[in-house]
Amino acid sequence: MATNLSPTKNPIPEQEPNVRNKNFDEVALGYTVELALDEANRCLQCRRPQCVTGCPVNVKIPDFIKLITQQDFKGAYHKILEDSSLPAICGRVCPQENQCESKCVRGIKGEPVGIGRLERFVADWVMQNADEMPEKPERNGHRVAVVGSGPAGLACASDLAKLGYDVTVFEHLHKAGGVLAYGIPEFRLPKALVQKEIDKLTALGVTIQCDATVGKALLIDELLSNDPDVGGYEAVFIGSGAGLPVFQNIPGLNYCGVFSANEFLTRINLMKAYDERYDTPLMPISKVCVVGAGNVAMDAARCAKRLGAEVTVVYRRGEKEIPARKEEYEHAKEEDIIFKLLTNPVEILADENGWVRGIRCIEMELGEPDARGRRRPVEKPGSEFEMECDAVIMALGTSPNPLLRKATPDMEYTEKGGIVADEHGVTTKPGVFAGGDAVTGAATVIKAMGAGKEAAAAIDRYIMKK
Amino acid sequence: MPFQIVKKEQLSDNMFRVTFHAPLVARRAQPGQFLMFRVDEFGERMPITISYFDREKGDVTVIMQRVGSTTALLASMNEGDYVADVVGPLGNPAEFDNMHKVIVVGGGSGCAIAWPQAKGAFDRGCHVDIVAGFRTKGIVVLEDEMRACCKNLYMMTDDGSYGEKGFTTVKLKELLEKAKAEGEQYDTCICIGPLPMMKFVCQITKEYGVHTMVDMNCIMIDGSGMCGGCRLTVDGQRKFTCVDGPEFDGHLVDFDEAIARSKIYEKQEARVFQRRHHCTLQELADREEAARKAAKEGK
Repeated sequence: MATNLSPTKNPIPEQEPNVRNKNFDEVALGYTVELALDEANRCLQCRRPQCVTGCPVNVKIPDFIKLITQQDFKGAYHKILEDSSLPAICGRVCPQENQCESKCVRGIKGEPVGIGRLERFVADWVMQNADEMPEKPERNGHRVAVVGSGPAGLACASDLAKLGYDVTVFEHLHKAGGVLAYGIPEFRLPKALVQKEIDKLTALGVTIQCDATVGKALLIDELLSNDPDVGGYEAVFIGSGAGLPVFQNIPGLNYCGVFSANEFLTRINLMKAYDERYDTPLMPISKVCVVGAGNVAMDAARCAKRLGAEVTVVYRRGEKEIPARKEEYEHAKEEDIIFKLLTNPVEILADENGWVRGIRCIEMELGEPDARGRRRPVEKPGSEFEMECDAVIMALGTSPNPLLRKATPDMEYTEKGGIVADEHGVTTKPGVFAGGDAVTGAATVIKAMGAGKEAAAAIDRYIMKK
Repeated sequence: MPFQIVKKEQLSDNMFRVTFHAPLVARRAQPGQFLMFRVDEFGERMPITISYFDREKGDVTVIMQRVGSTTALLASMNEGDYVADVVGPLGNPAEFDNMHKVIVVGGGSGCAIAWPQAKGAFDRGCHVDIVAGFRTKGIVVLEDEMRACCKNLYMMTDDGSYGEKGFTTVKLKELLEKAKAEGEQYDTCICIGPLPMMKFVCQITKEYGVHTMVDMNCIMIDGSGMCGGCRLTVDGQRKFTCVDGPEFDGHLVDFDEAIARSKIYEKQEARVFQRRHHCTLQELADREEAARKAAKEGK
């Protein structure tokens, strides 16, 4: 088929903004076969594909796209699986515009190939038409423990299981998936899809033990010991995520109606507060102020909108500096979320019973660039104003969880509390590997997945050398 | 993976003792730590202090008061039934260092948490006195257990239907005054009960300069530091009950803030109760009271 020379990507069909901002169903509906074929034909099949270098796990992008053009969707899926464990998830939540798609030559004189959309199409097509559970590979007799069932842990477990390792994943919460389960909302990543990926892992022979808190119920050293009940693992991978929410230090943070984004999103995504059948309480909210403008802030804002609130995002820098993916920001704007940029909260206000009634903010302007090149916001004197709201959601990032650190003092940590690990996930404690947000601080699903895969390879080398 | 209820006893009109088979929780549990349970797929994650643990059997026991939908659901379950989840031990173990003469103040269901702490101090050779307060006779629990781990036990009821009539704070003040007069002041107070009671106990012990540990039970989701819902102000600093507590220096806790935060979901909880139990908590209690009366008269 001839190359499609259209300078623009095929748009992905979506629910109408004014419909979707009232439900939790997925926003993007995915390419049809026709759209996928048309988009795949925009790929020039570069001899030296730059897109691959932009992918944290180096998915062979032109190869899988070529298979799409040949209508071999299953072949395309398996091509992706050679490098990525979770295509249906990454096709949805990866920031492709900063990764693969940012390197695509078609992007120079137009829009890049919709690589993420094609990845998602392939994964969804296989799930709907030719889904098969993987077969359990032959066991090699070695056991590995994985701490945390988020993207890093799942990727590590998957790669090790495929190599024949007997893997147990320990998860503190009652549901596996980590941020995929508690953080990213249903309308961006359907939970049935996450469950499907986890079922595949189980089919590979991985044991997932929920309600098991490493650092409390079990110690790393116990896992590595010969203890007949809980020991017997030759290596441990820690993918425990970023953990504790960061709160801005302003007065009024503990008033009723102030949430961390983690709490707000967990109540909704994991505990299903929006679903009548669940006991999870959430007070009625009518005017919500979200502080911060990262992806998590967009998720929180869009969830609040779906619960019927009028939502304002307050961010101290300008539009250009918004850290969220452009797509998330655009989606949020389309859904009638209000953005108050160059605005910083200075105090949360409450009524006489301690319930949030508003937020006092100050206008900002951009000054000199900081070390990372982002222009530093400075306060405009005398520009304070009050905004009415009944809930404030703080989405300002997270810091590493102290739980494992307290329980495992014989390992090195960074000043900020992250685990010290090299590019292969090797920590300073023998037999212990780590990756994902627990090492880097809050980052992306794909980076965590990449770190999990890297560590799986390192664990394999470590055990085989023993 | 469901967890079996291996034992369940009703201790009073609305207090229950429930033992779960949860070997992972039991294996490293220590006094002062808590667990979280979830009754079923639709349930909340509820934190509750571990009262006893049996490492060999792999069992953990909690004592809880029926106060809301989740506790009422658990109370309605029977031995042999399963709950969806039990996870722990969470939080930090209680500390008993530098304690010699200890006064323990327990209020209502707080006595269920106070007595293991009293026992911890008593077993370490401390002089322990306990003031245990209850609203009324019908809800008195753990009297024998408490008596077994202290020198003096003072039972108090608000309505005078059992023990002495009055609040724990009155008895506490009397004991601190007496100890002061005798020149042998208590060095530590361990106080566990409803937030307002802890607040007033701390005001009194502060006057007498008696170091006071309180056990905070806050609204939380994960119990591992992730949600931040259980945050408190302690000595002007932000603390998370789950990873920094649950035990704190009571003289430094901002109780008014904790009291306000404890009421965040009051209205929603009443609705959930109605949906799950098809009545209010009061109606459920009244119905049981009527059944008890009828059974008595039937005899």
